[in-house]
Amino acid sequence: MGPGLDVDQGLSRRLASFFDGRPRLQVGALLAGPLGWLAIGYLGSLAILLIAAFWSVDPLSGEVVQGFSLENIEVLFDEPVYRSIVGRTVAIAALVTLTDALLAFPIAFYMAKLASRRGKALLLVAVLVPLWSSYLVKVLSWRTMLSSDGVIDWVLQPFGLHGPGYGNVAVWLVMSYLWLPYMVLPIYAGLERIPNSLISASEDLGAAPFTTFRRVILPLSFPAVVAGSIFTFSLTLGDYITPRLVSNNQFIGNVIFNNISNNLPLASALALVPIVVMVAYLLVARKLGAFEHV
Amino acid sequence: MRTPAHPARTAWLVIAGLLALMLLLAGCGGGGSSSGGEELAELGKGEGQVNLISWAGYVEPEWVKPFEAKTGCKVNDKVAGTSDEMVQLMRSGQYDGVSASGNATARLVDGGDVSPVNVSLVPNYKTVFSDLKDQPYNTFDGKPYGIPHGRGANLLMWNSDEVKPAPTSWDVMLDPKKAAKYKGKISAYDDPIYIADAAVYLKTHQPELGIEDPYELNEEQFNAAVELLKEQRPYVGEYWSDAAKQISAFANGDSTVGTTWQYQYFALQEEGEPVAASPASQGFLPKEGATGWSDTWMISSEAKHPNCMYMWMNWIIEPQVNAEVAEYFGEAPAQELACEHTAEKDFCAKYHAEEPAFWKRVYYWETPLADCGNGSEECMDYNKWVQAWTSIKG
Repeated sequence: MGPGLDVDQGLSRRLASFFDGRPRLQVGALLAGPLGWLAIGYLGSLAILLIAAFWSVDPLSGEVVQGFSLENIEVLFDEPVYRSIVGRTVAIAALVTLTDALLAFPIAFYMAKLASRRGKALLLVAVLVPLWSSYLVKVLSWRTMLSSDGVIDWVLQPFGLHGPGYGNVAVWLVMSYLWLPYMVLPIYAGLERIPNSLISASEDLGAAPFTTFRRVILPLSFPAVVAGSIFTFSLTLGDYITPRLVSNNQFIGNVIFNNISNNLPLASALALVPIVVMVAYLLVARKLGAFEHV
Repeated sequence: MRTPAHPARTAWLVIAGLLALMLLLAGCGGGGSSSGGEELAELGKGEGQVNLISWAGYVEPEWVKPFEAKTGCKVNDKVAGTSDEMVQLMRSGQYDGVSASGNATARLVDGGDVSPVNVSLVPNYKTVFSDLKDQPYNTFDGKPYGIPHGRGANLLMWNSDEVKPAPTSWDVMLDPKKAAKYKGKISAYDDPIYIADAAVYLKTHQPELGIEDPYELNEEQFNAAVELLKEQRPYVGEYWSDAAKQISAFANGDSTVGTTWQYQYFALQEEGEPVAASPASQGFLPKEGATGWSDTWMISSEAKHPNCMYMWMNWIIEPQVNAEVAEYFGEAPAQELACEHTAEKDFCAKYHAEEPAFWKRVYYWETPLADCGNGSEECMDYNKWVQAWTSIKG
């Protein structure tokens, strides 16, 4: 054993005895790194973002003036175009969330309660595999499928129908497709935690299947649905590449992107919108009891 | 189990403290802008490396490797996606030079981010096309601020099976009555600078507005251009921002008429698609003329490797190299002698590189500034262009 190791051991022993009996310091040392990262990397940059929303741009030099002005916030309220962009973004996000919840629940329920062990594993892989391929590849494939000589039009043609083409419907379709796994997984995890005995008990007490679903399964899995909806809702709210590739419409993210380099304050003010929307969403979710069983 | 109140409270205090620190830092950030630097008096030895900001396809191994071997200057390149990004990167002061388009150059000069170029230290500059020298987007106060790299025009392209008769004017996509015929099939450029295309059109069709320079628009002229694009909006099938997106839209029939770069036009022709652009009899452009771009290598006022940067600026317009560069990207070379070196024999003819009459009708991108160039400050600046673009797209 070398002398160096002796020193190391001495140090670790000294550290150990230092922390012994000081639980607060233990917790502090453990959390200093991650918490500092969270505070500086996430909350800190968020704070700067919030502050930048109240700065303005000097019209002549194009440089950012670091004073307090409500100019940008006023622009957001006064210009009808921003209201319609926010309205469009929130509406699509809500639609995508609803669609994904409706699609994901049966899949998750089957995975959690009905499938065999093997089937469960296979389904889990099936849900996860799409996440392995690049987001861009998936959106560009949809772009090809939705084009006017694409496969969707081709399939619908014999029935005298047309595909949706590019536009809001396309964005809704593509986003619903993209974020479905983020809805399936939390619901699956939530349903998995409901003991089968509760379902049996409900049946023994004479509840019809739908009553069991409504009175037992749904309330218990609701927090999981809300957890999934937070993913789908916020991911849709922040995306700007899909709208760009499969529609001509602007979403909040597109306008932020357009303004980020020559009008940072306005971009920051726009970035406040999804934050406010998300906070409102979470408050509503709490009102509905989403966090009571967590 | 509920967590005891104390550690939670401590954590919140820590977060609050850090937030306060961030606020403090945010408050005192930012410094004054530096004034523009002086031009280099004489060329010294290379510094061993050079840091560039470029458009994709401008700094490629084919011509970077021989440059490095010849000068010993290692090239570190950062590709930027937009002019705005280039301006922002240059302001960081960490780069020696940038391949700036005309809608960035004035901003860089105004911000003191670039220095004038001593063209006597760039021997190849002598044989650059003379109509690329001394232009409003690369020369300020009579001083050249950069070395021309290449140029291109925004053409009117259409699907010759669908669009008949062949259009001779931008009215096919800008006059609402005519555009209605191609509803949902019109392809327009996705950038605030596209407002200038409407201004070029109005210059001919509404002379009473008195538009001279499509990048210097007073409020009335600007509003007319924006209004025109708002009328066009319902007929636009797709706003394109990258070349590949437009090529796919024309190839699969989603777009039949639109504004394009020479690059997409030739790419689609090669794929055998039935696309057409204005013929020679019309000077290759619609009757109103067209917008276009001309890129310029500029040197940072804080360049840490000025000698290498000068060597790079001379290298990029070396006849053989400029030919390679132009063919790689699909644009007209800036160097006269490059035309003898292109791999494709009629490349310069295809891209009209040697036809001043063609380029006379091209309005190169410039940064819209409040300063109208005649002493009045009534023009709409770029920020207004961006806001208007948001409201056009809706």
